[in-house]
Amino acid sequence: MKLKIVVPLALGILATGLAAAGLRADPVDDRLVIDGEREIPTRAKAPEGHPFDEVVSGWLYRTEETRALQADSFQNPGMLYVERGAEVWNTVEGAAGKSCASCHGDAAQSMKGVGAKYPKWNEAAGKPFNLELQVDACRKGNMQAEPYKFDSADQKAVVTYIKHQSLGAPVGVDLAKGKMQSWWDRGKDLYYTRTGQLNLSCASCHEQNNGKYIRADHLSQGNVNGFPAYRLKDANIVSLHGRLRGCVRDTRAEMPKGFSDELMALEVYVTWRSTGLVVETPAVRH
Amino acid sequence: MATPKPRVKVPAKAAKGEVVTIKTLISHEMESGQRKDKDGKTIPRQIINKFTCTFNGQPVFWCDMAPAISANPYLEFTAKVMESGTFTFTWLDDNGSVYTAENKIAVE
Repeated sequence: MKLKIVVPLALGILATGLAAAGLRADPVDDRLVIDGEREIPTRAKAPEGHPFDEVVSGWLYRTEETRALQADSFQNPGMLYVERGAEVWNTVEGAAGKSCASCHGDAAQSMKGVGAKYPKWNEAAGKPFNLELQVDACRKGNMQAEPYKFDSADQKAVVTYIKHQSLGAPVGVDLAKGKMQSWWDRGKDLYYTRTGQLNLSCASCHEQNNGKYIRADHLSQGNVNGFPAYRLKDANIVSLHGRLRGCVRDTRAEMPKGFSDELMALEVYVTWRSTGLVVETPAVRH
Repeated sequence: MATPKPRVKVPAKAAKGEVVTIKTLISHEMESGQRKDKDGKTIPRQIINKFTCTFNGQPVFWCDMAPAISANPYLEFTAKVMESGTFTFTWLDDNGSVYTAENKIAVE
């Protein structure tokens, strides 16, 4: 009886000791199963030519409580924005008197798997388009509505809603179309370029130091399969370009404009870096 | 922000005397009144300040909320159900608005 009480205590102290000693906390070993029904893979073999052997979802770098939020579609605060996005989808806007639904019908059918293929080459514009740019093009061209202001609440909501219809679909950028390869090249260059007073590149944190802590933040590999993501620190849904601008601001450099060529190139490259993972939108991150 | 929307999760069925878990979430910015906008002016407080839950008219759980509660407040609590009926949930906003939701439960 005495042994039974002593052993668990000893293990407990040992475990705490180990955790306290390590400033490096690698991603946990855990499985993401949404609502106890739908398993979402969070690790995958990296594609050919990738700097890592394995791509790891940002979900695995979060605390137990944060991970639990994403695993419950009721509690996931990002789902509030999916609901809002559904409202926007069905709202008529613009001189043409149409809503997204007028042409695209039920998003659960028409948008299934669509978001996972972005960013994709847009021949007419001569550059890659992400979902936001595509939505704006539809608004302007088909609805005769104003394009959204960058990071407006409705833009983020409708993009989250559309991307969420691809939940579980593999992330993939088609580099063979148009000039995508040259945008990937430029994005790769930018990824490794140091910026700002702090002289940090994306790679400084996400490639060289993932798994370590920068102050109180647990650095992930910087994969983008969960965007737009609900960030607890913002208590709001955050778009990819919103986050990229935030990262650059954190190096104390001038922030590039949303949807600028610079950020589009970076989006092409970092989406490629996430190849192997699946769409988790809306992910929950710190 | 769009009109705050409540979401509630109540089991559809339960046994008599069973303790059920009720989950509630409402989209609301819960502006604390401590933040300043980019011109330096204080953004006025606007929060949900009270939440109530009743079952067939009887109070089950209620609480006052203060500015420290973060956006999109999530409240989870338990209730012992002895009969079938309806849970009614209300959220009171500082500006006087009341948001409500109702969920039925069948108890055998």
